[in-house]
Amino acid sequence: MAPLLEIKDLHAEISGGRKIIDGMNLSINPGEVHAIMGPNGAGKSTLSYVLSGKPGYEITGGEVIFRGVNLLELSPDERAAQGLFLCFQYPLEIPGVSNMAFLHTAVNSQRRKRGETELTSPELVRKVRELGQTLGINAEMLKRPVNVGFSGGEKKRNETLQMMLLEPYLCVLDEADSGLDIDALKVVSNGVNALRSPERSMLVITHYQRLLDYIVPDVVHVFAAGRIVHTGGKELALELEATGYAQYQNEAA
Amino acid sequence: MAAVQDTVEQVRSIDVDQYKYGFETQIESEKAPKGLSEEVIRFISAKKEEPEWMLQWRLDAYARWLTMQEPEWARVDYPAIDYQDLYYYSQPKQFKAPKSLDEVDPEILKTYEKLGIPLREQEILAGVEIPEGERPKIAVDAVFDSVSVATTFKEELKAAGVIFMPISEALREHPDLVKQYLGSVVPATDNYFATLNQAVFSDGSFVYIPPGVRCPMELSTYFRINEKNTGQFERTLIIADKGSYVSYLEGCTAPMRDENQLHAAVVELVVLDDAEIKYSTVQNWYPGDAEGKGGIYNFVTKRGDCRGKNSKISWTQVETGSAITWKYPSCVLRGEGSSGEFYSIAISNGRQQVDSGTKMIHLGKNTTSRIISKGISAGRSNNTYRGLVSAHRKAAGARNFTNCDSLLIGDNCGAHTVPYIEAKNPTAQFEHEATTSKISEDMLFYCMQRGLTQEDAVALVVNGFVRDVLQQLPMEFAVEAQKLISISLEGSVG
Ligand SMILES: Nc1ncnc2c1ncn2[C@@H]1O[C@H](COP(=O)(O)OP(=O)(O)OP(=O)(O)O)[C@@H](O)[C@H]1O
Ligand SMILES: [Mg+2]
Repeated sequence: MAPLLEIKDLHAEISGGRKIIDGMNLSINPGEVHAIMGPNGAGKSTLSYVLSGKPGYEITGGEVIFRGVNLLELSPDERAAQGLFLCFQYPLEIPGVSNMAFLHTAVNSQRRKRGETELTSPELVRKVRELGQTLGINAEMLKRPVNVGFSGGEKKRNETLQMMLLEPYLCVLDEADSGLDIDALKVVSNGVNALRSPERSMLVITHYQRLLDYIVPDVVHVFAAGRIVHTGGKELALELEATGYAQYQNEAA
Repeated sequence: MAAVQDTVEQVRSIDVDQYKYGFETQIESEKAPKGLSEEVIRFISAKKEEPEWMLQWRLDAYARWLTMQEPEWARVDYPAIDYQDLYYYSQPKQFKAPKSLDEVDPEILKTYEKLGIPLREQEILAGVEIPEGERPKIAVDAVFDSVSVATTFKEELKAAGVIFMPISEALREHPDLVKQYLGSVVPATDNYFATLNQAVFSDGSFVYIPPGVRCPMELSTYFRINEKNTGQFERTLIIADKGSYVSYLEGCTAPMRDENQLHAAVVELVVLDDAEIKYSTVQNWYPGDAEGKGGIYNFVTKRGDCRGKNSKISWTQVETGSAITWKYPSCVLRGEGSSGEFYSIAISNGRQQVDSGTKMIHLGKNTTSRIISKGISAGRSNNTYRGLVSAHRKAAGARNFTNCDSLLIGDNCGAHTVPYIEAKNPTAQFEHEATTSKISEDMLFYCMQRGLTQEDAVALVVNGFVRDVLQQLPMEFAVEAQKLISISLEGSVG
């Protein structure tokens, strides 16, 4: 079976700045959930940005194959249409644009790029309402401008809603648990778990074992100084919680 | 958002040539001799078969204009205009006022068709799948260069007692009404461009809504400059008598030309007791090319006089075109309890320069005004909001709320806010809010990560920014405005 995502010896730096991703390798098969843990500033968020094509980074080596195509050649919106979804650590606010309108535009932009028929307004509204209900997002929140004045937890739920609606092949979750109270954590995790399927994979970036109690990973990686330095099963997360990253940081150096 | 998709399709279909209204119509025209002189003014007045007092009114303005200086206080920069190098009057050849649409030159009708203006009544009713009766009717007066070529729905309006016709025709058919109100809001002494207009204006629309009548449909005028080197000086006069209401729409386009064309219009609104005028403009004159060559110089004086008690004027404008925009639709709040509103979206891209805003002059007691201005600057453009809110010493209880937001796209454009506030009555309450923000890379990336192209993302963010104002426009205009906004911002990032 071909991997869904394959990162080979990836090197990336901040444009005009220093190197952040430094010889990274990672292979994710369809249906797998991979967790990435690692110290602050190791480059985890940067990895998610490089994968999704955020401007401001320079790829200086290596390649990334996603669903058989060279991901690094695509624009961010093409990557999204190809099935890559990034759940933002800090979701952006878009004043004056209703959540529902944003979802409609996003879904149909992707469908159009893939040559699929677009969803009509009633189809979309029905679907969004259904999904919203499972996440505790009511009609009023759907009318409000995207993320404007949302609490931290509401923003994360909203990210999850977008993810569930867009049905990507790879979900990259960057600290999906930050700022969540315990109930919201359950709601968001349930949403993510509902998406688990044999074709869909997850890359879960987190600092805390707690999230992994809810979203149980197949593989856990330790990421330090721009690359994966150690890989284990789900028990590795527990071990890290006890010992910290000290030994792996030495390994990276 | 369906509207955004429309927008995007529209943008795509336009391809390299961003300004889709830039075609020229091949029509033979009859012009006044080049330049400005008493003879030219007499020529125009004679062409229009005007009464003697009109000619005199024009000549007085001309004499005054010769003593005036072009204003320089606006933040716009353009080479000196040679007023002798312009034609002041142009009309399609063999023109006699058409009695019905069948008499209008088919070339002109084609032009308006290309512009998407529903001149032919039957098309309005037939062309679209919205059931008859539910679709709002719009009566159109179309002004081509200097003359009005067609006015629709005349009969139906007449039945309601509404007068809607070219001002030149109104001078013949309703001379007393015209004489009573013309120049009563914008006098000859007002400003350089308004005085020039008074001397040479060629045509425009006249509207009178009788007491207690709610105009049965939207009224609309479309202005089109076609001739080379021809200034357009139209004059619009709208009177809403006691307890009446009218919603009036104005649209403008011009062909693409290398040289600059001058447009100096005057609009006067008079509102009596308990009456209301809603005046909406979508201004899409040719803005010039990316390097700033060509484009319309738009120097416009628009003013409404809330003469009666509890009268109301609402200006809504979407300004996307013109190389230079110099325009301050204003309200004189004279009647007790009268109110004025100004909702504006002003977009500048390329080398466009916009200096626009409003004046709310509170004279009467308990008058209120509201200003919502959204300026968007992209490219190498400059966009200034200039607004005056004043309360006369008798204007007890005057209230104003002003909100001015500017959005910058890119690093080479400018946004400026110049508010003037004068309160001579201690009970006046004026509130002013202003923000300036930049379209952030992060916001665009967030949208693109969800599947929007960069252009869609910009359109989405901008449409969000101007939403409060778009909501003020009549439905059909709002859709058109939304399209224009995206078109005029094409190529503004990346
Ligand atoms: N635009 C930028 N300019 C300069 N430095 C940057 C930029 N973006 C990231 N960095 C630096 O790159 C390094 C990696 O940052 P990144 O956000 O990827 O770390 P992280 O592993 O996600 O950390 P955390 O666990 O705190 O979220 C940090 O030292 C950060 O300061
Ligand atoms: Mg991070």
